[in-house]
Amino acid sequence: MATGSNYLIETVDLCKRYGDRAAVDNLNLQVEHGIVYGLLGPNGAGKTTTILMLLGLTEPTSGKAMVNGYDPSRNPLQVKSMVGYLPDNVGFYDEMTGEENLFYTAALNRIAQDEAQRRIKQALKRVGLPDAGHRKVGEYSRGMRQRLGIADVLVKDPKFIIMDEPTLGIDPEGIQELLALIKDLAKEDGRTILISSHLLHQIQQVCDKVGILVQGKLIASGTIDELEQQLVSQEHLELELKAVPGDEKLGDICAAIDGVSKITWNNDMLLLECSRDIREALVKELIAKGYCPTHLSLRGVSLDSIYLRYFHKEEKYYGQSS
Amino acid sequence: MDKAANWQDIKIDFSRVVEANKGLATVVKKEVGDHLSGKRFSILALLVFVTCLGALYIAASTIRTSAGQGELDFVFLLLFTTSGASMPFSFLSFISLLGPLIGLTLGFDAINGERDRRTLSRILSQPIYRDALINGKFIAGVIVIAIIIFGLGFLVAGLGLLITGIPPTLDELFRLIAYLTLSVIYISFWLALSILFSILFRQTSTSALAGVALWLFLAVFFTLLAGMVADGIYPVQDTSDADQVLANTRTEQLISRVSPAYLYSEAVSTIMNPEVRAMGPVLLEQAYGTLKGALSFGQSLLLIWPHVIGLIAAMLICFGLAYISFMRQEIRA
Repeated sequence: MATGSNYLIETVDLCKRYGDRAAVDNLNLQVEHGIVYGLLGPNGAGKTTTILMLLGLTEPTSGKAMVNGYDPSRNPLQVKSMVGYLPDNVGFYDEMTGEENLFYTAALNRIAQDEAQRRIKQALKRVGLPDAGHRKVGEYSRGMRQRLGIADVLVKDPKFIIMDEPTLGIDPEGIQELLALIKDLAKEDGRTILISSHLLHQIQQVCDKVGILVQGKLIASGTIDELEQQLVSQEHLELELKAVPGDEKLGDICAAIDGVSKITWNNDMLLLECSRDIREALVKELIAKGYCPTHLSLRGVSLDSIYLRYFHKEEKYYGQSS
Repeated sequence: MDKAANWQDIKIDFSRVVEANKGLATVVKKEVGDHLSGKRFSILALLVFVTCLGALYIAASTIRTSAGQGELDFVFLLLFTTSGASMPFSFLSFISLLGPLIGLTLGFDAINGERDRRTLSRILSQPIYRDALINGKFIAGVIVIAIIIFGLGFLVAGLGLLITGIPPTLDELFRLIAYLTLSVIYISFWLALSILFSILFRQTSTSALAGVALWLFLAVFFTLLAGMVADGIYPVQDTSDADQVLANTRTEQLISRVSPAYLYSEAVSTIMNPEVRAMGPVLLEQAYGTLKGALSFGQSLLLIWPHVIGLIAAMLICFGLAYISFMRQEIRA
């Protein structure tokens, strides 16, 4: 076991090619202990392939992955015994009951019978299926299967959980419950969780850090604030401004501020394109000139717009749309 | 001496063997349970059970006439080999016809079924090696086949004992056990083949159909094809000499033996008929002067030994191919 690594997951130039197509392209991903990491990306970005390589279920073409100091392709059992994996659209044996399915998982993990019994009861209670354990999985709804999937992961009692598109196909209420559970698993139990999703706004409330994966490349990684800063520093910004009185002279004042490149009126709102963050200077100037700003907002710096923007940029870069 | 010393140095590290097969026992247990409680298995078992009882009934009702004509030797084996006029099937031919179906049914959705249910990645993310799943499924299938075949064989033997009242000799008992074991191996070949199809084809219906198609081909059409090919190479007319006829027959037999179905039926009819002394054409001059009599069990077994090895090889090749393709296959669809 390699010691001295701060990261639970670390990949170095991880690549996976299918023929000519690179599903994962020189990925350098780092996930610290004890955080919730959101791996975001559009469909087909290589999220599931990355996860399968982390579990040792797919061999990397080149590069390597380390999970808690183990190489999944060399020591798959060590990795698999400490990682709980919830596949996207998780499946169970329909003709067996929920409990029987979980007992099978427990047996594969060589958990003793009475210990398994205890853990299964606890896990089912925790995911909100305390009474459904004796029913056949064939009768379960989509949401119940997803819950059973989480119970299946919990039976293993893993220190690290990977969830692939956990919110897919669940109703909004179910999603909120699921996110609360994820939060609980991370904060109460101190587990590290990696969530892959293409729906940013659903998981941003539980993620400590996010990475954006497009076309197999990690194009940004960090906390949400860090991502914002990255975006703010490298892109030109658009400011929305409303002020009283909203007369023509407002535009002239704004145009005079250093860094503003273009001004457009949009009804009573002023759109300023600028090369740096001028909000502070702008407000000071306006107040000095007797104007009162009523609305000032940095357009395009919510996470969604970051996300969209990154994708957009990548699409332009590759000259194709996904 | 050195070699002997080295030999003693070799110790099998059992903890490593256990380590390498983690989860295998769990998979086997679960799969056997699945098979035995599944509806599909019940239907199949019922079908085989009823037909075999039918075969026994026919055998029991015609055995008096057929046994009475010759000597009273091997009456017990006649229970399995006799067919009546109303139903031209014996226990032997029923098993050789329906046996492959058992194997195909047990294995055709082994891997693509797991894929369909989306359980494959969940199971393989548990701390077991990938081959534990396919090994477990194969072993479980063989266990279930053995349960069916031996259960059925001894059931028919027991009922036959009640009906005829003639106990089997030790020789006959050995022959029965050899026959049942051979049947298990043969059906396991079909199991391995259907597992291979379940890996190669993503749709369960495709793999089932491919299995049934191959079964029909080998069971029905292959011998016809062998005859046609042999006739093509060594055409036989009324005027043909003995060499030509012999070559034709030998070629046909050689080609037929490529099919495990033919290999099996040849082997079981030899082991269950002590009077069979040679397979293939026997010339009059070879038969001239031979004494009439039955072979002992050991001699019969010697006669079919190549067949046994051939069937085991066919089974292992199929399973080996399945194993390799499964280990190389991507987990995600």
